[in-house]
Amino acid sequence: MNARANAVAAGLSRGWIEFRASFTNFQEVFGGYLLMPTIFMVIALLLGRESVEGAGTSVGALMMAAGITMQLVMLGLATVAQVLGTEREDGTLLRARATPHGLLGYAAAKTWHVLLMSTVALALMVAPGVLFVDGFVLRGAAGALTLAWVFALAMLSLAPIGCVLGATLNNPRTGAGLTMVPVLGLIMVSGVMSPITAMAGWVQDLAQFFPVYWIGLGVRAALLPADHAALELTGTWQLPQVAGVLALWAVVGFAVAPWVLRRMARRESGSRVQAARERAMKRGY
Amino acid sequence: MRDSAARVRPRAGAAGTPAETVVSVRGLRMSYGATEVLRGVDLTLRRGEVVALLGPNGAGKTTTVEILEGFRARSAGEARVLGRDPEHGGEDWRARVGVVLQSWRDHGAWRVRDLVHHFGRFHAPYSEPGRPRPHDTDELLAAVGLTEHARRRVRDLSGGQRRRVDVALGVVGRPELLFLDEPTAGFDPVARCGFHDLVHRLADEEDTTVLLTTHDLDEAEKLADRILILAGGVVVADGSADQLSGLVARESEVTWTVNGRRHVHSTARPARHVAGLHAEHGGGITDLRVSSATLEDVYMAMVRRHESGDAEAAAAEFTKEIR
Repeated sequence: MNARANAVAAGLSRGWIEFRASFTNFQEVFGGYLLMPTIFMVIALLLGRESVEGAGTSVGALMMAAGITMQLVMLGLATVAQVLGTEREDGTLLRARATPHGLLGYAAAKTWHVLLMSTVALALMVAPGVLFVDGFVLRGAAGALTLAWVFALAMLSLAPIGCVLGATLNNPRTGAGLTMVPVLGLIMVSGVMSPITAMAGWVQDLAQFFPVYWIGLGVRAALLPADHAALELTGTWQLPQVAGVLALWAVVGFAVAPWVLRRMARRESGSRVQAARERAMKRGY
Repeated sequence: MRDSAARVRPRAGAAGTPAETVVSVRGLRMSYGATEVLRGVDLTLRRGEVVALLGPNGAGKTTTVEILEGFRARSAGEARVLGRDPEHGGEDWRARVGVVLQSWRDHGAWRVRDLVHHFGRFHAPYSEPGRPRPHDTDELLAAVGLTEHARRRVRDLSGGQRRRVDVALGVVGRPELLFLDEPTAGFDPVARCGFHDLVHRLADEEDTTVLLTTHDLDEAEKLADRILILAGGVVVADGSADQLSGLVARESEVTWTVNGRRHVHSTARPARHVAGLHAEHGGGITDLRVSSATLEDVYMAMVRRHESGDAEAAAAEFTKEIR
């Protein structure tokens, strides 16, 4: 087998091993998979059957769609940034660098791992929602298909941004927390939790520049009844625009992220990892 | 006494044709901003040699090693590692070089066997006749003494066991050249001894060239065929432990106890002194010990001279004496 293909194959099995191992860690299982579904299931069940004004959608279903969007954004940005920042600090990345085609294998491993993780996370939101929340249903094959491609494009557009954040953070733990502030702000103004039509015009324009708004729109298009579209900005689901904007972010991301990652990896050495270790020892975590 | 005296291996360049040059460095310089860390390092490593790089903190040991590992770009000078410029070695070059990294908390959730097997896989395409890559995972785990821990998670291992994992990962691709940076920092004496045996075995059985940095003079003496002392950004001494200790304080120290009293005497002719003692006191002598200058004496002398700002003169003098 050629050395590059071999490294990708080794990377894929690394992704699978790490994915499996994540289930042995309670913190990862709870924080990574169970927290968001629990929060949004509780909200959806409490708000129950109320209908959204102006459409036949139940508030519970709208909340579940919001939960799915938030889960994807958190995984694609926060989790990716934190994992990358941590693994740069603890020397995982340096080990990859010391291995022939190790960085290629590392990239393949992370891609596969994030894909597996987000698939499970999505299933954990969708399945209980469909079972217990009134008015939350998969809208036939077309709806399922829409959900699948919105999900794929969402991860492809977010993960490179997460990578760049992780590569530039100095302290992966407090740093990832800090980047969450603008991300949460973006979620607030992107019509995920409350209708974007309630926002000021310039906020709407700003939100439409970033992928979060389009991911939310795509998820709602896949899971909410057709008449809910009337509440959106243009009164339609704008699926071609959803695909276009997310694809554009993905293309730009995949052009920029490898370059940033290579720059970051080139700087890694034993003494940098050692220095990071001493910093971490000093602050105690 | 040096236990490594029992090692029987052809010393590079000892007789006949000199062994092939694996690392060659001329005039290596490195500056960080206005600080010059390396100020013209010259060194040569031949196939199968174990060479220790000694020096005080800040002498540039780690910088030198990281440049040779290809992890750091140099400011000036010439460096050839396995026939290539380490800065642009490429992936096939990388496959021939082993680096033992200090593990900290990376790969904590991995099981030892899975981890070693995983990194081995990357080396498979680089297998050569006579140098099959990678090592068989289970044989390698046995060689580093981790067989009984193969199923354990890395985060549950002791410091010494983790270090063995680091070594296994460093050599899994059967490297021709191995870098060890401070390999036994934080080891207890038993773990250290086991580690030394392991490095000897790797060097002897695989004909691997080893460059290690250490603070521990005893370790350098036990492990290395040749010792380089780095001070003030230059190599100030280069030779075997015996050659180096021959350079300072040629007087030996004789200590003995007679009638419950302890005596110390410095002499250039310890044998004659001991013979005299025996003639005088016969069997009444206990605790007789003769010690000659140690590597520590050389090291302290070199570092002290460097600190008094005389490193280059000292280096010139030492190199002249060895030649």
